[in-house]
Amino acid sequence: MSLLDVNDLAVHFGGVKAVDGVSFSVDPGEVFAIIGPNGAGKSTIFNLISRIYEPTRGTIRFDGQDITGLKAHDIAQLGIARTFQNIELFDHSTVLANLLMGRHTHKSTNFVQDILFLPKVRREEREHRHRVEEVIEFLELEAYRNKMIAGLPYGVRKVVEIGRALALGPKLILLDEPASGLSVEETQDVAYWIEDMRRDMGLTVLMVEHDMSLVNQVSDRVLAVANGKPLAMGTPQEVQAHPDVQAAYLGTAVGDAA
Amino acid sequence: MRIVFKKSYDRDIDLHEHGWSRAKIAVLAGIMIVLPFLVGEYYLAEATNTLIWALAGMGLMVAVGHTGQVSLGHAAFLAIGAYADSALMNAGLPFLLSFPIAGLITGIFGAIIAIPAVRMSGIYLAIATLAVFVIVEEMVIMLEPITGGVGGIMAPSIQIFGISFDRYGALQNFYWLILGVVALVAWGYANLMRSPTGRSFLAVRDSEVSARALGINVTRTKSLAFGLSTGVTGLAGALMGHYIGFYNYELFSIFISINLLLVVTIGGLGFIQGAFLGAILITAVPQAIAIARDGLNANFGIDLGSVPGLDTMIFAVILILFIIFEPTGLYGRWLKIRVWFEIFPLARRDMFRRQKSYLKTERMK
Repeated sequence: MSLLDVNDLAVHFGGVKAVDGVSFSVDPGEVFAIIGPNGAGKSTIFNLISRIYEPTRGTIRFDGQDITGLKAHDIAQLGIARTFQNIELFDHSTVLANLLMGRHTHKSTNFVQDILFLPKVRREEREHRHRVEEVIEFLELEAYRNKMIAGLPYGVRKVVEIGRALALGPKLILLDEPASGLSVEETQDVAYWIEDMRRDMGLTVLMVEHDMSLVNQVSDRVLAVANGKPLAMGTPQEVQAHPDVQAAYLGTAVGDAA
Repeated sequence: MRIVFKKSYDRDIDLHEHGWSRAKIAVLAGIMIVLPFLVGEYYLAEATNTLIWALAGMGLMVAVGHTGQVSLGHAAFLAIGAYADSALMNAGLPFLLSFPIAGLITGIFGAIIAIPAVRMSGIYLAIATLAVFVIVEEMVIMLEPITGGVGGIMAPSIQIFGISFDRYGALQNFYWLILGVVALVAWGYANLMRSPTGRSFLAVRDSEVSARALGINVTRTKSLAFGLSTGVTGLAGALMGHYIGFYNYELFSIFISINLLLVVTIGGLGFIQGAFLGAILITAVPQAIAIARDGLNANFGIDLGSVPGLDTMIFAVILILFIIFEPTGLYGRWLKIRVWFEIFPLARRDMFRRQKSYLKTERMK
């Protein structure tokens, strides 16, 4: 059974059909990539899955459950974590605090217990810290643990965002252009981390990415979209060889049009 | 330069990283406790006033500094706290009950108002809270049987287990009572900020969209923050009523709201300590100006008493200078000075340049 099932998904903003009839399913343990030219609707698909946008049509099922009617803050509880294309970290907090915020769905204390800081709160804090330290070790963020986000270089912030998503302990992680703006070496790191997430942590990865070398290295299957419509789905090689995909990226040659 | 050798996660969870900072707090608490024996009646009353302002400042800090919600209506919540406490005491409840209930009433009122209001942000929320302030002011005038209307009411004298804590009759006891309340609230506030609930406030402040993606219910979190904020402000209002003694709606004017915003902004948005530093500034500066003015008059024969609006102008200049040069406030400046000493002589001119950023209370969605 597939972990994520997107069926005939569509969202229209007025007359603009940002996403129009996209269907795909992601199997457990799979790395699934969505590619497409700018404005194709890739990030919109992400925002539909994380319930920031309301779909005009279609359903999204996660783990057998229909999540199309849920609120945006209920999604994390089910085990779906995400990163953002334009980094959305908590700028005035440290890396450690940002990662701890990723543990929000695991808190069981209420605000009165928190204000009194009962022993239970301390126990849970220790447990959160343990999990966060595992993420810090995995992503090699030790040097930045107590640094403010506001002063960190772009590449590190990008990694902290992945870390915050991992701290949630998700089943499915949505990575919105994890390699954009990164150097070749940093992109290589991301490739290894995605591989480790799948192999060692048993995560399912759904990502939007422009960097085709990264897509080729890590993804099992690729979906190409353009103008909100699906073009092709298959292995990275199949999709890249598909004539519609090449036309969408490169345009149609003058001679071919006839 | 001190290096803290952490051998347990508990060091990061504890309120104090090392014994030295715990000792400093103990010394400060000790001085505050023996203050009535060190200073005269006049300065003790001023210290009491400063503590009440610090309490109200902590209340507003939860909303503005830690959750990013500007409020121009907090004078209304001071009023609700004060009138609720007086009304409950007049109904026969002892202070030990009426005081927390007054805070609870104000907090619930604030949380209910927050449910529609927190959908707004920035300047729009400020205007909405201003509207709340105007409505509450009118209500205070209209509910004459409880509030005394325009004429005002007398705050009942505080008695706990037969001991008088009256503002005029037993100022020392009144001071200790307020010191205890302020210490308790500060402790709870510090606990809150190291717990998951406090972190969710910060998350909502800095990025609502990623807070949602992490499973934080933004509307509920903002309402909770606003409820806690107004609850603490209500406690401060109750004490302010007792401090003034006889008061009417004019005690809780819009200028009190603005002064409270000054307390948290100049003190340092996002720091509990900022509420205290801001309160000291806001209560001490008028006194300092008055003393300086009298000194000028006595020693040099320069009479500035006839210049209208001088205090307000000096206040305004201080605020403008802070917004331009130190958006992190007094406490932010103190942190930088401390770092300068800790790493002496390695400090560089532009070390904090990248951290100079304003809190995103005006963020558009």
